[in-house]
Amino acid sequence: MKLRTVLLSAVAALALAPVAQAERGSDGHVNIIYWQAPSTMNPYLSGGTKELEAGSLVLEPLARYDQDGNMVPWLAESIPTTENGGVSADLTTITWKLKPGLKWADGSPVTSKDVVFSWKYCTHPEGGCAQSEKYNDVSSVEALDDLTVKVTFGISKPFPYGPFVGAQSPIIQAAQFADCLGAKAPECTEANFNPIGTGPFVVSEFRPNDVISLKANENYRDPAKPAFATATLKGGGDAAAAGRSVLETGEFDYAWNLQLAPDVLANMQAAGKGKVISAFGTLVERIMINLTNPDAALGEERGTKKHPHPFLTDMNVRKALSLAIDRKLLVEIGYGDAGRPSCNVLPAPEIYKSTANDGCLKQDVEAAKKLLDDAGWKAGADGVRAKDGVRLSILYQTSTNAVRQDFQALIKQWWGEIGIETELRNIDASVFFGSDPGSADTFQKFFADVEMYANNFDGTDPESYMSNWSCKQAPSPETQWQGNNMPRYCSEEYDALVAEMAKTGDLKERARLAKAMNDKLMQEYIMIPLVDRGRVSAHSNTLGGVVLNTWDSELWNVADWHRMK
Amino acid sequence: MLNFTIRRSVLAIPTLLFISLIIFLLLDLAPSDPTANLPLTIPPDVREKIRESLGLGQPIHIRYLLWCNQFFINEPLNVLEHWLGWNSDGDRIRVLSWQTRSPVVDLIVERLPQTLWVVGLSYIVGTLLALPIGIISAYRQYSWFDQIGTFISMVGFSVPTFFTGVLMIVIFSVWLGWFPSIYDTTHQVTDMASFMHQVKQMVMPVTVLALFNAAQISRFMRASMLDNLNQDYVRTARAKGLREQTVVLVHVLRNSLIPVVTVVALGVPQVFGGAIITEQVFKVNGLGQLLIVSIQGGDLPVVQTLTFIFALLIVLFNLIADVLYGVLDPRIRYD
Repeated sequence: MKLRTVLLSAVAALALAPVAQAERGSDGHVNIIYWQAPSTMNPYLSGGTKELEAGSLVLEPLARYDQDGNMVPWLAESIPTTENGGVSADLTTITWKLKPGLKWADGSPVTSKDVVFSWKYCTHPEGGCAQSEKYNDVSSVEALDDLTVKVTFGISKPFPYGPFVGAQSPIIQAAQFADCLGAKAPECTEANFNPIGTGPFVVSEFRPNDVISLKANENYRDPAKPAFATATLKGGGDAAAAGRSVLETGEFDYAWNLQLAPDVLANMQAAGKGKVISAFGTLVERIMINLTNPDAALGEERGTKKHPHPFLTDMNVRKALSLAIDRKLLVEIGYGDAGRPSCNVLPAPEIYKSTANDGCLKQDVEAAKKLLDDAGWKAGADGVRAKDGVRLSILYQTSTNAVRQDFQALIKQWWGEIGIETELRNIDASVFFGSDPGSADTFQKFFADVEMYANNFDGTDPESYMSNWSCKQAPSPETQWQGNNMPRYCSEEYDALVAEMAKTGDLKERARLAKAMNDKLMQEYIMIPLVDRGRVSAHSNTLGGVVLNTWDSELWNVADWHRMK
Repeated sequence: MLNFTIRRSVLAIPTLLFISLIIFLLLDLAPSDPTANLPLTIPPDVREKIRESLGLGQPIHIRYLLWCNQFFINEPLNVLEHWLGWNSDGDRIRVLSWQTRSPVVDLIVERLPQTLWVVGLSYIVGTLLALPIGIISAYRQYSWFDQIGTFISMVGFSVPTFFTGVLMIVIFSVWLGWFPSIYDTTHQVTDMASFMHQVKQMVMPVTVLALFNAAQISRFMRASMLDNLNQDYVRTARAKGLREQTVVLVHVLRNSLIPVVTVVALGVPQVFGGAIITEQVFKVNGLGQLLIVSIQGGDLPVVQTLTFIFALLIVLFNLIADVLYGVLDPRIRYD
């Protein structure tokens, strides 16, 4: 009898296996490679993308963004809005409700106290929390009951989804981090390396800047997930080696951020072991134009509003610079499938994307020449245009990076064709993007005529991104050269749009304002957008469930990843 | 000899303190920012807070003294406690890395095994290969063996490891699929099968580095042998009727080894320095990779500590080389 039961159930199990939901841990092991190795698992202590993504395997926010940039409830039951009463009518409070029955990996229940604690942890004045911007304007976070949290803002907040949304501001366990507030935060090495989370995996061993070994979380809310019992996240090497290990040798299942030449990736993919996937977010490679005079002879006052630029303040020159560039060719050479030409500095999400500037997609050298001729810039004996003794000679700086140096060479040639002389300069990224006020080579000081880099914004709301170009954001000695308004653009109309957006709650109206700001910047040629850069990753043919997401962590849905049979 | 050793060791202390000051100042004055590699979406005021929390707000001399206190007093005390099993206050502040926020010394200890295994083994293999090659090349100067040896060592010298490394990966990992292209630092050797896996993943990096080391040392060995082979004492030894084997392997070799030993000893600190490029290529993630990642991330405490440890090892092995010199060559006396 007993034997029969066993046999029968075995047969039944066999018959059911293909249709039944996969069991937790039934697919063995998954290997992930990040060519930049994560340094910690606590995203609050490191703003780096690699740490955010590694941390997202373990720590989760209340809500996150899906692949289309829509918000999806994660630890919360639903997304609070003004319609469902979760956001107050005056836009100053938002009330989140946790899913009932959630458990930390150690088995203890997740409560609203943990949410409150996460806020306290990140906003402690001595903690140096890298994500504190997410909690801007939050005046208090209260636990109304075990599952309800009310966030109150000091001002009316049209987009109240900063705190606890996205991989940047996950919920950490109050019990584990209780003694790690403020200056003590970095000393809690054990907690920072092995945080207790709600995510599909738990850390079994963390080797900083090397490798993370993980195993499935026994207390994960979906009993059937994750499909993998263990996972390895290896770091180190370079993008080419990471791509090779997935696409050519098949040692790894997923490789992150393969910023490689298009032909190199195509060759790797031809080996047939895996697929290259790409998705677009808001990252735009752009040339910023300096509206102030960076001449070293001006001493302390160089690069400030006191001294306007000798020729870049002429809009005809700026427009000519943009007209001379062939963006399609730049994409083809530098990014392939991972890029597309962009005429906007705000390229996404769809509702914010302007179509008013698409004329820039076509290179028009003749029009550029005519524009300069008409404006009185006449070519001299050496072919360089000049007017009233001012020569169109540009210093063009960017960070050291193979693709950027290719772009510089091409653009220098195009600008040469329209009679503008260009001197190229590249600076190591850690200096260029560093904010050492003593260094003259930072992108904020901008002691050059034009500079090129890429920038984007977190999440889907462009409000703070677009306010980057308001007058008060201009870096200057008074602000210790801090600020995001590299061109030192200053327009009352623009500032008015920024102020209006800050008090507008309606999404359609916000989209109109954002577009208007984008168009103003584009049509005055304050910056020259070049390429909308996508994210490129690769996964092996046997790894299923991967959905590339540029709005949140790439590992956002790792719980759904599985082995294809 | 003992006097000499003691005198040199005592002299090493101010030297090392001076080196630590120079390293500290050089790194601190260099334009680098630990928050430079963070995404641009993080605003400047948050960056400023991060820098403050790293202790960068304090003046430079205070930071230097703090580092000295942490490195020369707190860390050795911690090690002592660990060995002796004491458990005192435990609230001592250690040198913390800015990137990982964990004690630098722990990071180094974690990285040592793979570096010693891969880089150390390649140094031993390289040396063991180089000595016989150098000896035979010199003894049979301009023979085909010498020509081939010269050719190979020139290749080893001049072809960089980032080329040989990637070439080996393409041939042996991608085409043939014999060896893994990514080194697994968490691999534990427990039985025969796991031992074979360890051997497999070490073959390529060790070969690449051994070729490079062997090229250098075999040239030294050859040159040194050639110097000695034409000396009068060699003719005397042959005239005494000694066997050729004894002449070469006892008389000539022993004398030729003196400068080679110095070169080999001075090369040992480099083993601890790891092999930055080879470690990157094969993802060995040892000390070399730790150093380069820290440099890129502006993680000054790690760079300072690592560079200082290298300086310490160089001073130490210089001393060892000098002492060995005296042991090997009776003509040299320090007292």
